Amino acid sequence: MSHTTPWPTPSDAAPTRAHASVWQALAPLTDPEIPVITLEEMGILREVREVNGRLQVVITPTYSGCPAMSQIEDDVRAALVAHRIEADVVTQLSPAWTTDWMTEHARRKLRAYGIAPPQRCATMAGTTDQVLQFVASLQRDVVLCPRCGSHNTTETSAFGSTACKSLHKCLDCLEPFDYFKPH
Amino acid sequence: MSAAPTQTPIDYVLHLADNAIVLGQRNAEWCGHGPILEEDLALANNALDLIGQARLLYQYVADLKQDGSTEDTHAYFRDVPEFKNYTLLELPHHGALVGYAVDNRDYAVTIARNFLYSAFMVLVWDRLQHSTDTQLASIAAKSLKEARYHLRHAHDWLVRFGDGTEESHARAQAALDHLWPYTQEFWTHSDFEATAAKAGVGVDAAALRDDWLSIVERTLQEATLQRPSDGGFVPTGKHGVHSEHLGYLLGEMQSLARAHPGATW
Repeated sequence: MSHTTPWPTPSDAAPTRAHASVWQALAPLTDPEIPVITLEEMGILREVREVNGRLQVVITPTYSGCPAMSQIEDDVRAALVAHRIEADVVTQLSPAWTTDWMTEHARRKLRAYGIAPPQRCATMAGTTDQVLQFVASLQRDVVLCPRCGSHNTTETSAFGSTACKSLHKCLDCLEPFDYFKPH
Repeated sequence: MSAAPTQTPIDYVLHLADNAIVLGQRNAEWCGHGPILEEDLALANNALDLIGQARLLYQYVADLKQDGSTEDTHAYFRDVPEFKNYTLLELPHHGALVGYAVDNRDYAVTIARNFLYSAFMVLVWDRLQHSTDTQLASIAAKSLKEARYHLRHAHDWLVRFGDGTEESHARAQAALDHLWPYTQEFWTHSDFEATAAKAGVGVDAAALRDDWLSIVERTLQEATLQRPSDGGFVPTGKHGVHSEHLGYLLGEMQSLARAHPGATW
């Protein structure tokens, strides 16, 4: 399976003015754990659609157990209430969230914030060979230091402060930093 | 919520959910007790992924049953014989002949189990992405990414242990020898798995055995470890007949929910 899942196309044809006002109301919301990135840029805020005459805001979880998801849902509901918009918030699992949806702009902001942005994802595991390739390939990922740009970095820990990050260290400027894992 | 085909056996979804919650609960025991800080974080993250997967699956069970139950009902208010997880996943973090003291936890057992299980689940979730049950397929696509990362983590440490010092090698081999026979349960028959596979909902796990062996054997070779023999005992956890260890695990996991039913915060 290819890993370049496109953004889902809105279910109805042209986005209405109501849709636009929802996007606008939710635009300032950021990831609770990475406050420089908006939910839209993260690819968590997926779609605004109309189902049986009611507006629906579709969000998707990053990792299955991401503890920020309930906070994100609360934030979305609160923003809708604050803008007097009546809409349901639904969580949709498919297509599964991937860091490939993160915009270039978001990647730049991550880097400026001190988090190395995710590289493009490897192909999905399937055959035994692909599984083994995946296991081997991540070890060769060259992650650029977000502080000095050096390639001379090393992974300190495969798991970091949140589910979506790993810990790295720059061997030139000695800065320890987070890497947003390709997912 | 997408409508599920009626032929999805609830027991099959429970089996997947129970696997995830039981290993998630086990691995969470390392939280605050990890051998090093990085591994403390790693196992907490691993457990979080597994518990997240279990929640999605239990929520789906509740949707299928339409009996007013919730994810919590299935995680906290069922007892040992109702759990359908593999026995492998409920075993403590130490070999068979060591006591229960926290100090006796052996990280080699933790890593060997995570390796054997995640190598299997990468294959299972990959096939389940194509399940005729769209909700199960969605959960599988998410879980696959997490399982791949767990496999990578366990693989790295197993190689480090196996190809490390004399002691780390010996302990990794002992952990494998201890756990290996329990993996036989991956391939045994159960009615709910057979029904699910026949309906195109589930996976015929036995058909994954060659791929699994190939992944495992290549890693063992890299780690300079020997493939243990299967042994005569074939566990029966997925049929609800468990080791003595599951009761203690559930006792700890379920006590709060049972002491304060319906509590929220």
